[in-house]
Amino acid sequence: MAAIAAPIPTEPDVEAPVRAFAIATVFWGIAGFLAGVVIAAQLAFPLLNLDLEWTTFGRLRPLHTSAVIFAFGGNALIGTSLFIVQRTCRARLFGGEEMGWFLFWGYQFFIVTAAVGYLFGVTQGKEYAEPEWYVDLWLTLVWVVYLVTFGGTILKRKEPHIYVANWFLLAFIITVAMLHIVNNLALPVGDGVGKSYGLASGVQDAMIQWWYGHNAVGFFLTAGFLGMMYYFIPKQAGRPVYSYRLSIVHFWSLIFLYIWAGPHHLHYTALPDWAQTLGMVFSIMLWMPSWGGMINGLMTLSGAWDKLRTDPGLRFSVTAVGFYAMATFEGPVMSIRAVNSLSHYTDWTIGHVHSGALGWNGFIIFGALYWLIPVLWKKRLYSERLVSWHFWVATLGIVLYITAMWVSGIMQGLMWRAYDEHGFLQYAFVETVAAMHPYYVIRMLGGLLYLSGALIMAWNIYRTVTAKEEAAPAALPAALPMAAE
Amino acid sequence: MAKQTETDAATGVATTGHEWDGIRELDNPMPSWWLYTFYATIAFALVWVMFYPALPFVRGLLGNTARGDLAAVMATEQAKAAPMLARLRAATPEAIAAEPELRTFALAGGRIAFANSCAGCHGAGGQGAPGGFPSLADDDWIYGGSLEEIRTTIRHGVRNGEAAEARGTAMPAFLQAGLTMPQIGDLAEHVLLLSDAGPANPAGAALFADNCAACHGERGEGNRQVGAPRLNDRIWLYGGDKASVTRSIAYSRAGVMPAWEGRLDAATINMLTVYVHALGGGEQ
Repeated sequence: MAAIAAPIPTEPDVEAPVRAFAIATVFWGIAGFLAGVVIAAQLAFPLLNLDLEWTTFGRLRPLHTSAVIFAFGGNALIGTSLFIVQRTCRARLFGGEEMGWFLFWGYQFFIVTAAVGYLFGVTQGKEYAEPEWYVDLWLTLVWVVYLVTFGGTILKRKEPHIYVANWFLLAFIITVAMLHIVNNLALPVGDGVGKSYGLASGVQDAMIQWWYGHNAVGFFLTAGFLGMMYYFIPKQAGRPVYSYRLSIVHFWSLIFLYIWAGPHHLHYTALPDWAQTLGMVFSIMLWMPSWGGMINGLMTLSGAWDKLRTDPGLRFSVTAVGFYAMATFEGPVMSIRAVNSLSHYTDWTIGHVHSGALGWNGFIIFGALYWLIPVLWKKRLYSERLVSWHFWVATLGIVLYITAMWVSGIMQGLMWRAYDEHGFLQYAFVETVAAMHPYYVIRMLGGLLYLSGALIMAWNIYRTVTAKEEAAPAALPAALPMAAE
Repeated sequence: MAKQTETDAATGVATTGHEWDGIRELDNPMPSWWLYTFYATIAFALVWVMFYPALPFVRGLLGNTARGDLAAVMATEQAKAAPMLARLRAATPEAIAAEPELRTFALAGGRIAFANSCAGCHGAGGQGAPGGFPSLADDDWIYGGSLEEIRTTIRHGVRNGEAAEARGTAMPAFLQAGLTMPQIGDLAEHVLLLSDAGPANPAGAALFADNCAACHGERGEGNRQVGAPRLNDRIWLYGGDKASVTRSIAYSRAGVMPAWEGRLDAATINMLTVYVHALGGGEQ
């Protein structure tokens, strides 16, 4: 491999596809947030389903989840990982610029074919794995190319060690490949392309689905994003990573424990008790391994906390870690069977997911973009003030969103199990739906604020990359020296 | 790259000597609170695994199963409610309505059963809805408003094709049964006139006498035996404007209601009967 890819020493890193991924991240982010606001509005005001099959909640919901997780999150992950791996390995991307462009366009093609399928009702009906077999096959190809590109770059690195961000990113790429292939094993049927039957059925199918679903959270939205965090927070803070030992232990414990925790999505179902119990205890053991990342993220700032006042981009990253800590504590709590009996199937779950998605994933991406865009375009960020505005508008949006869902979810769970003095249910189902209306409206407003923040960011980034003059090199985040060495 | 550790000035901690793109690592130990909490969660997991089923074919020390928990809760709750439900099952709606204790219980159970099974069409308070869902809170009954009649309607439903005893006869679609659209328009005007809501239409009156009066009565007073609604009270199932009435005559409507016997048990049907009877329009 070294013979094929022996790089010319002066050849610069592959950055054009990374720039494209950054722009795509912003674009799909806004599309995904918009879809989220629309379906939030539909839940509050069902009339907005418009009585058209293409615009019903059932079709727009996977559009929203796929757009934010796989399009927004995925473009951010692939783009930043290609940047990080080249920088931290001191090696040009394996396969060069062509490989980068294939990944970019291949991944966008996956997104668009999946989304078009949703709108026309083509779905496997598996949450977060809705695309049908033809889309799955294409994504498999793109993903294998991604693995080869990323792994190849690590193999030809000129650093003796592999940086912790790359451990997490590699774990993310390998595990997502495994999850994607196993959960999508299916036999196409019928004369069109839009239908298939999964290989497994019944509770086995459910177990595989939630093994996939939970680890999509674990490896796509956690491990991958921890990789992002491990690069950008030390860069933004200009400080060394807090603890090497902690990073080793929490990395291996996280990836070992996460993969077992899926059955907590199937408490009180036909899944055998023993599998439910295992899913629960592995989720509880997962608490500290998750928090290891939080400690390394936050403590890396020791000696540089003052930068929070002056660098609103760093504020995003640090707040992201805070939301990460909150969500990874809430998760184990909700996996406890007794808690789950109240929380399951309620909006509490939705609130939990969004404190992770909006707070952790969204904010770490925003923080990374505000650092990365000036570096990639070699230009000064158009406005720090707008970053501050984005931060506060988005934070307020998240607070509205998750508090509304906590209240509505716990209320919903309590209403479902309320009995009157004669032993009859206190509330009909429809009464619990009616009671949630105000919270649905608050949630929609929260989403609207979050979307507005993203629009502010898009404007800021647009002005940055289209600015005439290139910033002086001194204005760039430098390769950071040790503090006061 | 030679491994060279150095001391971080801000914290006084040594680095590991690794460096990637300017990023270094401190050689801090793992925080002890973190490590001990991690151990504690592992200990918790081990204990939990001993007491609850956590391995294939192995029951925990408590012998607990989710199915067992559910069966125990259900048995307790059913035992509590059993005597009352047995009485409700055996009694007639009249007897239930006459006995205060049974009646209170039936109204509570009927309320939630109605909310879950009936309110979707008839509205949360039984107020009905346009489009063929009659109000149950007034005294304009199509098949009768006594306890017995209400129970029969609930048990067997209306024109549902699933219960032999289902209520309802089919009104012809008069456009297919030989009338022309202008004739039906005349007829509609006469139907509206029955409640002083339309102009006099002698042609319509004649058509009404020939085609409608047998079921709906000469003055549109209705006939509960065949389920022919009253037409002279300005209460309309499908709208009281001329266009709606014209449609009803031309194409017929034939609304349906499911048979609840078999879906709900006898005690619940009795509770629903007493509850619906008490909504406002119950008759003796």
